[in-house]
Amino acid sequence: MSYTALAALGVVAAIVLDRWVARTRITSTSDWWSAYAIIVFFQLLTNGWLTGRGIVRYDPDTILGSEDVVLVGDGRILFAPVEDLAFGFALVLTSCVAWTWLGRHRAADSTVDSAVDRATS
Amino acid sequence: MTLPHWSYVAMLVFCLVGTLPLVPAFRLRVLRQPRRLLLTVLLAGTPFLLWDLYATHAGHWWFDEEQTLPWRVAGLPLEEISFFVVIPVVAVLTLEGVRAARRGVRPGSGRRREEAR
Repeated sequence: MSYTALAALGVVAAIVLDRWVARTRITSTSDWWSAYAIIVFFQLLTNGWLTGRGIVRYDPDTILGSEDVVLVGDGRILFAPVEDLAFGFALVLTSCVAWTWLGRHRAADSTVDSAVDRATS
Repeated sequence: MTLPHWSYVAMLVFCLVGTLPLVPAFRLRVLRQPRRLLLTVLLAGTPFLLWDLYATHAGHWWFDEEQTLPWRVAGLPLEEISFFVVIPVVAVLTLEGVRAARRGVRPGSGRRREEAR
């Protein structure tokens, strides 16, 4: 599969994870979208560094654009293939879902603890 | 090693320098939960690291030897593996920073409160 297809699949998988698997539903919160807005701004800068300098290079057969590293256009935004935006979105969303999901279990534990505290006090 | 070899490392350092100050500023309790943070990195980072391994070996992308450190693990530069630790941490810190700000925590307010005590 091309990077383009895998990146699209990654975005769908991350959203499915948030909404139906872990059921954290952070994509329904403005907290998540505000955080993502900040992150995507810096992703464009840091990814621009990695791709603009050619620290990472891409096979033109697996991306929408060609091997030409241009600022904008030819399937690239700030030197980076648009697929990288999808990869970044999926990675960042999965991280925040995992963190929130693990915290929910922690909160459930502490609820149990406080119930035990109340019962024993 | 020359300065350009540190190019990728510089980007990771930039990410951490930009987000770690959120911890004292908003009194985030992210680093005080090392187990939860480690599990987050493992759960979220692992599938993307596997994707990266596949993509690198399938030739979707590759890394410039002149702008990465010489060490490789399974064909990946150490920086690329560190990326899947740094980015989940950065993402969590940003999300918790936003959540704290929305709860009314203001940067530096913790220090003032402690001084008042």
